[in-house]
Amino acid sequence: METAVLDNRTVELDKDGNLANREDWNENIAQEFANMEGVGELNERHWIVINFMRKEFDVKGDAPSIRKLTKESGVSTKELYALFPKGPAKKAAKIAGLPKPKGCI
Amino acid sequence: MKRIVILGAGTAGTIMANKLRKALKPEDWSITIVDKEETHYYQPGFLFIPFGIYSKQDVIKPKRQFFPKHIEVIISEIDRIAPDENKVYLQNEVILDYDFLVVATGTEICPEEIEGMKEELWYKNIFDFYTLEGAMALADFLKTWKGGKLVLNIAEMPIKCPVAPLEFLFLADDFFRKKNMRDKVDLTLVTPLDAAFTKPIAARELGDFMEKKGINIVTEFNIGRVENEEKKIVSWDEREVEFDLLVTIPTNMGIKAIERSEMGDELNFIPTDKHTLQSNGWENVFVIGDATDLPSSKAGSVAHFQADILFENMMSAIAGKPLEANFDGHANCFIESGDGKGLLIDFNYETEPLPGKFPFPGIGPFALLKETRMNHLGKMGFRWLYWNMLIKGRDLPLEPHMSMAGKYIPEEQEGETV
Repeated sequence: METAVLDNRTVELDKDGNLANREDWNENIAQEFANMEGVGELNERHWIVINFMRKEFDVKGDAPSIRKLTKESGVSTKELYALFPKGPAKKAAKIAGLPKPKGCI
Repeated sequence: MKRIVILGAGTAGTIMANKLRKALKPEDWSITIVDKEETHYYQPGFLFIPFGIYSKQDVIKPKRQFFPKHIEVIISEIDRIAPDENKVYLQNEVILDYDFLVVATGTEICPEEIEGMKEELWYKNIFDFYTLEGAMALADFLKTWKGGKLVLNIAEMPIKCPVAPLEFLFLADDFFRKKNMRDKVDLTLVTPLDAAFTKPIAARELGDFMEKKGINIVTEFNIGRVENEEKKIVSWDEREVEFDLLVTIPTNMGIKAIERSEMGDELNFIPTDKHTLQSNGWENVFVIGDATDLPSSKAGSVAHFQADILFENMMSAIAGKPLEANFDGHANCFIESGDGKGLLIDFNYETEPLPGKFPFPGIGPFALLKETRMNHLGKMGFRWLYWNMLIKGRDLPLEPHMSMAGKYIPEEQEGETV
């Protein structure tokens, strides 16, 4: 199991480099992941997406697709890509402390 | 008299009509099946049409040939389902009451979901092959095409038959080779996935094939729009791929009636129990085939395996017993690889496609995840089996549940099953 030092403590990561345990997550860790992913300073629009993803994960057990994000979070696809360049679903999931979305088969 | 209504007379709906009619007395249960079309399409055959291997006549037959006696057939579009009232409203103004409903309305392609897709170049330089019209228009185009950049783009997942795009490229490679113009054609797969396929062991095998055949791949490309004038597709993160011929697998969605009924998810697929095939919302509504939101492949073989499970569970539901049959996500697909050869994959929710022999361990005659002539013959022979056995609901020597017998896990990949 890989580990990383985030928010001044050691946390476990899964094979995709996402948090292995959701309970390790906090807003500081989110910001550190955002810096690592080239997303930069998290603003109010980022947080709408991050909070929506966390809520969806609690209900469904998987992070939502981009289509669901845009339909239900009120953030357009274009804006999503501007907020989380190159892969909003994957990056937002990591920042939100969730595993990489399973996606579809 | 009680009534079962089946919506959709494709592969799944037709099999269910046959199984249920055989088991339930006509004097106790009436069965009504609804579809918008009189024609049954052998959809696995669409893949062969662009290359002149099949013609239209090879893939169509009247639906009525496959229905059992003593069922009511209604040809109409569905307006909406009212699951809280146990009613279906049809566009021909008929209203159907039901005791049990089977939704088998499938999935359709939605090119209009992508900006610029269905504009000037549609059916001029941009084609789909998931409809008969698209496949036939593409066949015409390919007859006289002089070559250039052929781009195959998957818009977003999930799609019906996730291996079809790869098969298309393998057959295209073979087609242009035989026309002595392979050197004039650049073949590229542009996919939202991070590899050629969704499952690691098969992705590796199929990725090797692509490389051997000189097919390029652009991964993690989520199409945002088509630029018709400059003939290029542009991703949401502004990457561009130019094309002379774009073969698109547009967004796949459940039919609009599901949206009007407010029964679907963001793609109009109906949330369904992945083991029992009962809808999550209504006890007397069952869903089968491409219309579900199940994390299994959208394919005829899956619908066929599901039909065995759903039949058992509906008989339990009718008898007031608990639903005990469990679908395991089983899929079984022949993959055409060109030059008279093919591969076969067999997998389920838990186990990704593995190498081995099928259906008889050690014997075959089919080889799993390996290119053989026998697999190609299996694929071509399947059309007969489909028309004559499968959709009539007759038993095939195939178990609905996947079996590990005859399969092995390549050593370096152990522990990586999805």
